Amino acid sequence: MDALQYLENFLQSLVAGLLMGAMYGLMCVGLTIIFGVMRVINFAQGEFMMLGMYFAYFCFAWFGTYAFFGGLWFPFFLALLAGPAVFLVGVLLHRLLINAVTGRRGNKLEAQGHYAQLVLTLGVALVLQNGGLFLFGSSPVSVANELSYSAWEWGPVVGDRVSVFVNQAQTISALLALVVVIGFAMLMNKSRLGKSLRASADNPDAAIYMGINVDRAHRLAFGFGVGITAIGGGLLASNAPFQPYIGTEYVIIMYAGVVLGGLGSIRGAFLGGLSIGVLQQVSAIILPNQLQNTVIFICFLIIILFRPQGFFGNKDRTA
Amino acid sequence: MSSVRKDFLHIGLFGLVYMILALLVGNSYYLLIMTIVPVWAVMGLSWNLFSGYSGLVSFGHAAFFGLGAYLVALCMVVWDLNPWLTIMLATAVGGLSALLVGIPTFRLRGHYFALAMLAYPLALLYIFEWLGYQEVALPMKREMPVLYMQFENPVAYIALALALLLAALGITSILSHSRFGMSLLAIKLDEDAAEAAGINTLYWKLIAITISGALAGAAGGFYAVVLLVVTPLAVFGMLVSAQALIFAMFGGVGTLWGPVLGAFILVPLSELLYARYAADFPGIQGVIYGVAIIAVILFAPEGILWKVRSILKPGQFRMLGSTASITDLEADESLLAVSQSGAGEKILEVAGVSKAFGGLQATDQLSFAVKSGELLGIIGPNGAGKTTLFNLLNGFIKPDKGEITFQGQSLMKKRPNKICAMGIARTFQVAKPFTHLSVLDNVVIGAYVHTRSKEEASRHASAAIKLVGLENQCDLPGANLTNKELRLMELARALASLPKLILVDEILAGLDPDAMQEMLLVLEKVRKLGITIVIIEHSMQAMVKLVDRFIVLDHGALLAEGRPEEIVKNPQVIEAYLGKKWLEND
Repeated sequence: MDALQYLENFLQSLVAGLLMGAMYGLMCVGLTIIFGVMRVINFAQGEFMMLGMYFAYFCFAWFGTYAFFGGLWFPFFLALLAGPAVFLVGVLLHRLLINAVTGRRGNKLEAQGHYAQLVLTLGVALVLQNGGLFLFGSSPVSVANELSYSAWEWGPVVGDRVSVFVNQAQTISALLALVVVIGFAMLMNKSRLGKSLRASADNPDAAIYMGINVDRAHRLAFGFGVGITAIGGGLLASNAPFQPYIGTEYVIIMYAGVVLGGLGSIRGAFLGGLSIGVLQQVSAIILPNQLQNTVIFICFLIIILFRPQGFFGNKDRTA
Repeated sequence: MSSVRKDFLHIGLFGLVYMILALLVGNSYYLLIMTIVPVWAVMGLSWNLFSGYSGLVSFGHAAFFGLGAYLVALCMVVWDLNPWLTIMLATAVGGLSALLVGIPTFRLRGHYFALAMLAYPLALLYIFEWLGYQEVALPMKREMPVLYMQFENPVAYIALALALLLAALGITSILSHSRFGMSLLAIKLDEDAAEAAGINTLYWKLIAITISGALAGAAGGFYAVVLLVVTPLAVFGMLVSAQALIFAMFGGVGTLWGPVLGAFILVPLSELLYARYAADFPGIQGVIYGVAIIAVILFAPEGILWKVRSILKPGQFRMLGSTASITDLEADESLLAVSQSGAGEKILEVAGVSKAFGGLQATDQLSFAVKSGELLGIIGPNGAGKTTLFNLLNGFIKPDKGEITFQGQSLMKKRPNKICAMGIARTFQVAKPFTHLSVLDNVVIGAYVHTRSKEEASRHASAAIKLVGLENQCDLPGANLTNKELRLMELARALASLPKLILVDEILAGLDPDAMQEMLLVLEKVRKLGITIVIIEHSMQAMVKLVDRFIVLDHGALLAEGRPEEIVKNPQVIEAYLGKKWLEND
């Protein structure tokens, strides 16, 4: 291979990485909201992503033929719809289980309930992924359509040989991811709801004295968090096959992104997820496919060991 | 030792009953379950020995288990090595890999530690897949079955699994009743307080994870022999780490029998249901484990054993640890005395020390010296940098600039436990008791740093308790003390480490006048032992009578220094700190 070939491979991976990274970034934002507002590490986040994927898959299988949006756009619409659907699951789960070990109830437990939260969400993850095996089956499925196999050609960029192919489904997904993240960031910054969520995150006790229903704020934050990650899952579903166990590998990808960006920061989480996507795709140029995830895990370890406060976050972060 | 002996009796009886049961059961499927259950019980004990006692949650024990399993399988496939040898190797490799994981990962605490631990087995999982070990089957050795642990009689496997379990139980019992157990409990209850009391927290955590990893490696190695096939997902997968954690937490965290109980309930339950419903419900095991751990967190957060105990003895506070006994209250307070030979010479010197947190200069070019045997008071308004100074002196934080020396030795690169061992002890502004340990055990932990034997530690602790006058509160848990008792207990814990210098942080805060008088008398007694005292305080009035000399801090810098009567009249001090209020009070 000559230098131009390398350049083309690199550009190709960079573009693919940015597109994948935008979807990872979206999922990371979901995870970081839960941590930012509730100070809870949600181990089951990958399983909520998986729920989003299967939501898109089953809706597509059942209603795909009647789609009024046209078959091409329907999967993306379903991915967005996975958000509210999984939001409801999250709110319900928070009320039934998570609430028992978080917030002021958690503060009464050992280590502010951190261990109880970790272990409880681990239990939720086990139930969801294995229950998923029962409900959804173990064979990999996908929500692929024509767009997943079509690409725009960009170029020639350098000379007349180097051009980059941009996958259409991934591009649309990445743009949607960006829109959702910006929309949510505006909701958090501008709206009354966002302010009450941030107040509950900043100082739960003071928020209670100011008349904010912190339990409700936590419930909403958990719902938003898992819902947003589920949208990311729905967008990924039109990209590659998946099965019920997929959550475990993505939970590390998400945490890698979130820790890279600094736990609790929306902007940081998105940039973190974006970087992880790029890292994953670019590393594939020199490493075998099976080691892509190992690279991410090792990067995650390096970041968490040497710079646990992350790179892109704002000042508000506590472990 | 009697409690270890009692444990050993129980362990022996348990082994005997289990063996008899194994001989009575004829069904080969049940025999297989009876082989697997002890293996998982060992994994539960392995997790418990580290996470249960230290409080650092590991989601990564699959890493050590998987390395053990692959080591045994690959050694047999590639070099024909027999499992008797390779399981021992697996034990060593499990321990070594755990040590290597611990060294970098113990920089982290809480959430971050748990997350980091998750990444190790998953990274290994993909590496082993990439290496092409998707499925390693152990070859059958018909010529030498016993050498290769391929027995015809399934009871032989049970005997081996049981032997492994009994060994794990024995190790746990011995360790939990030793200084190891107490030190880890102290780390679990308050890592900072443990470190300041002279416990080398890093050392004990490394020991714990190494032994824990060794047990997991052995369990993994034996697992390979029993199942004959090793796949990355089966040994490095999330479920392996989760099972280890779930069995320990389900049965009872930080107990000897909890992990065994957890494995003995959950493994047969999930195996039997799996055998029955696997066709319709392939993930049923994972669902059972998930539901079990959710139920435990919601209804019995410390596990079944602790729940049963709280039902049998309602209202009783959950006490941990039990090494010390209150037999030695004849102890002589002079044990704690410091030689007076160097009195009046510089014992501690702070030279040009600065420390900033972001934009806040907490300590600014601070220089002063403490003379041996004196009682130095440090005063200053809120935010003057008093507690930061103590944190610098005992090594919790390191200065950006400057030099701190104690008896001519630099403290700059020393960890808090080393500084404690050199002779600087401290108390905390917000008291840090080990809540689930008795007052005596709290103080015994302080005594570890300069003692070898349990008896010696107990003697030093008793002397310290007697000096502060807490003889009658010895048995109370740290969580049930009044403010005054808490502060006396912290003082005793500091004294038990035989310090030359004690840093006392706002020990009079919130005490009523009588209690304050009592505290001043105790401090006077401490001073008579020849121990140098540096005390931070707000209450100027009480301090004026007590101290030899004052240092006044303002915005992290030295404002004034001198004898109490000079400081009281110093116009700068009155302006910056005392203000009108002091003049009115006077």
